[in-house]
Order: sequence, then C-alpha cells, then structure tokens
Amino acid sequence: MNDKTNTSECPVVIELAGVAKSFSSQKVLADINLRVCQGTTTVIVGASGQGKSVILKHMLGLVKPDHGKVWVLGQDISSASTRQLKEIRRDFGVLFQNVALFDSMTIFDNVALPLRERTKLSPPEISRRVVELLQMMDLPGIDEKYPAQVSGGMKKRVGLARALALNPKIVFFDEPTTGLDVHKSNEIYRLFYATQEKLGYTAVIVSHDVPKIFKLSDHVALLANGVIQGQLTPEEFQRSENPLIREFVETTMGPIYSSEREEVAL
Amino acid sequence: MVILLEKLGDYTLYYLEQAGRMGLFLAQCLWRILTPPYRVLPVVRQINFIGARSVFVIFFTGLFTGMVLALQGYYTLRKFGSEGLLGSAVALSLIRELGPVTAALMVIGRAGSAMTAEIGIMRNSEQIDALECMAVDPYRYLMVPRFWAAILSVPLLTAIFDVVGILGGYLVGVQMLGVSGGIYFQGMYQSVDWHDVQMGLVKSLVFGVLIVWISTAKGYFLHWERSGGFGAEGVSRTTTSSVVLASVTVLIWDYLISGIML
Repeated sequence: MNDKTNTSECPVVIELAGVAKSFSSQKVLADINLRVCQGTTTVIVGASGQGKSVILKHMLGLVKPDHGKVWVLGQDISSASTRQLKEIRRDFGVLFQNVALFDSMTIFDNVALPLRERTKLSPPEISRRVVELLQMMDLPGIDEKYPAQVSGGMKKRVGLARALALNPKIVFFDEPTTGLDVHKSNEIYRLFYATQEKLGYTAVIVSHDVPKIFKLSDHVALLANGVIQGQLTPEEFQRSENPLIREFVETTMGPIYSSEREEVAL
Repeated sequence: MVILLEKLGDYTLYYLEQAGRMGLFLAQCLWRILTPPYRVLPVVRQINFIGARSVFVIFFTGLFTGMVLALQGYYTLRKFGSEGLLGSAVALSLIRELGPVTAALMVIGRAGSAMTAEIGIMRNSEQIDALECMAVDPYRYLMVPRFWAAILSVPLLTAIFDVVGILGGYLVGVQMLGVSGGIYFQGMYQSVDWHDVQMGLVKSLVFGVLIVWISTAKGYFLHWERSGGFGAEGVSRTTTSSVVLASVTVLIWDYLISGIML
C-alpha cells in the first residue's frame, strides 16, 4: 500500500471523527469516521437516502454535527465561527448535485462571481480568466447564455468551471454525473482527470456511478446504516469481506435484473 | 388533552425559534449595512427594482386614494358646512396615515413578494449554499443592497404617493365639486406642519426596513417553514405568508408609531 492509499500515513486534509447527525427524530449519521488525504480522490458511495450528501454538507460547514468533530485543513469547522468558516471556504470548490448555478445570471457572470467577490482582479483580467476557464471546459461561445438555455452536461461543466475559478485546494463533487448520459458522464470524468492533474486538488466525490467511479478514486468509502463501513482502495473494496460492502458490490456490479421473478429464479 | 398540550408546546417552540431566527437575521443585516465594504451598483439595481418600477403603481393608487378621499371628505364636511377644510383633511390623512401605509402595502405586493420568491427559490435550489461555499456572505450579497434600496426608495415612493394624492384630491374637490382652489391649498398650508411630515417620513423608513426584513427572511429561512418549504408549492405558500405577515406588521407598527408620535 503506497502513501496515496494508506490514509493513516498521508497528510490528512479532511477528517471526520465520530460524527452523528439526526434530523427531527430521524437518525441519518450514527458514527462517521473518515480521513481524506491531500491530493487524493475519495469517493463516498452508498444507497440513496443514506446521508452521503449530509456528510458532504458537514465537510462544507453547511451542517453542524450533533456529536463528533469535523476537521478541514487543520481547523475544526464543526465549532468554527462564521468568519473562520469563510476563511476555510476560500480553499473550497463545490460542484453541487443540481449544479446550483445562479439562474438569473449569464454563464459568464456565474463563473465570474467568485472572481469578482473574492479577488481584486480588474474586469479585463476577470474576463480573461472566465474565457480561459470556459475554454478549458470546452464551452466557448456560451458566455451570454443563461443556465436555462444550455444542456444538463453544459451546466455541469459551467459548475466545474465556477468551482475551479480560484484554484481551490479541495473540490467537492455531489453526484457529478447524475442525470447525464454515458458520453456526457465520460466528458465530466475526462475534465475531472485533466483539471486534477493540472491543479493538484484534493477531491471528495459522492457518487452512484459504480463501477466507473472506482477508476477515478484512490479510496472508496461505503456509507450504510449511518456508518462508514470501510475506506479502502478500489481493489480492496471489491474484495472486501465486509458483508455490507460485499452486498453493495454485488448489487451494483452484478447482473442486471428486469423483474423480481427473474432475480428469484437466478 | 396531553396531545393538545404537546401541540401547543410544539407551536410555541416553533414560533419562538422562528422569532429568534428572524431577530438574529435582522441584527446580521443591520450590522452589515453599517460596516464596509459599501457597494453602490447592487444598491442602484435594487433601487430600480423596489423603487423605480413601483412608481407607476404608486402613482395610480395615490391618485385614486386622493380622489376618493376628496369625494368622501367633501360630502362629510358639507354636512357641517366645512368644505373649506377639504384640503387639510386630504393632506393630513395622506401625509400622516394613508401615504406611508398604502405605499408600503403596494411595495409589499409588488416587490416584497418577489423578494421572498426569489430568495426562496435560491434557497431551494442550493444557490445560497453555493454562495456560502464560495465564501461569499449571502447577507452582504443578497440582503444589504435590498435594505439600502428600501430605506432610500420607500420614503420617496411615499412622498410621490402624497403629492399625487393631494393632486387627485384637487382634481375631484376643486375641478369637479367646485371647492375654491385657493381655499384647498390655503387650508393645507395652515394645518400641515413639519411634525406631520416627520411622522410620515419615520413611518415610511420603518416600513421600508420591515418590508425587506420580513420578505427576505421568509425566503432565506424557507427550509425552516413549518408547512414545508419544498418545491414550487413551498415557495408560493411562503410568499403568501410573507405578504400577509409584512402587511399585518406594517399596520401594527403604523398604530405604534402614531401612538408614540402623536
């Protein structure tokens, strides 16, 4: 196991220790322990409704845990003040599940927003940077369009351009390929590879896209029953003896059934 | 009985929580209004939305409010042979009460509802989360320009309402019902003093802050709505409750300010 795959020896940028969270009377996270190493890609998988996005929201400081601690870039964000959170988030890039583009702004203004709000760049410099980012995402000539006027795949790429605008240290992806066809998903993965190679950011991905997502990842973590069942390399994950991981691997990577009768017959 | 008590406690806790959230929200906004950086362009954009685009509706409601005031006032005053007081009655009613209140209600209907819906949709579609994750302060980015715009626009809209209303009263009282124009304006000049104008100004300023506070906070806390702030229906329900709450609050504060300043 090399440095990139052993989370106990690498420089950790995100750590969740004993995180528990309930909404009203519903317990979503019971005891989450997770470490994300610098420069690596960690993928969190699990069935729908298990709370994968809630883990991501804890890492982003959008949700505070009922119990446990969340350290990001060496700071405890579960008890950070608004000002401290703002400082930590300067190193974040986020691609939301529904992209969360500002629908009343043009694509140009969407990508330019973090540059306008968080840097002292002049308008021509911002313009140059936006054009460069949109070109990097293979999106030239759509600057003046509104999010509603472009396709789902294009929106994701605009979201990625916006997330990378300030060269973040950590980029969070919440279901980056949900709702996209195979070609568009591959395009997002290609851009992910290229940009991570170029910028060297740490990536945390919540995804359903198994097994394809395994190819991208250094670590795979399965969330089930409110607990991370194992944070392993993709190879270890697929060979794991943990019954929940085995079940997940068999369900997501096994044969496709079209009916319950067919499943029982087999 | 126990269930009833449980529900009562539940409601009380919810509304206390809601009041606390709204109070903290206002404090956060006011703090950011007073502290730099100050940015002009977003405020100008919001003045255009809250102020300039409301002028048309304010003009017509002001005109017809003044006209109906003159009409009703004329027939009431005639019973006592005091038609000469028409100018005073129209002007005092408009400047002290009807101007600030009606202008505020119009702004709630036109701009307040739109603010709740816009910010509510931003909340629902994670746009506010996106702002936070970009380390952009949503209070400073979304609320502060709206507060400044309302503080500047609502008193001006009220002034327009008052002036147009007085002219509407003139049209009906003087042109249609035959009251002397000189007496109409003379009565107004003698009875309206600076204190009345001050009261109108204070009211319109307070109403401006109340409108933006309630409209933006309801949208911002859409996800905490008891009735469920999800989807298009959640936004529409919250917008309705925001308009109702803002209107009732304006009327309550109208009474309170009148009570203090009279």
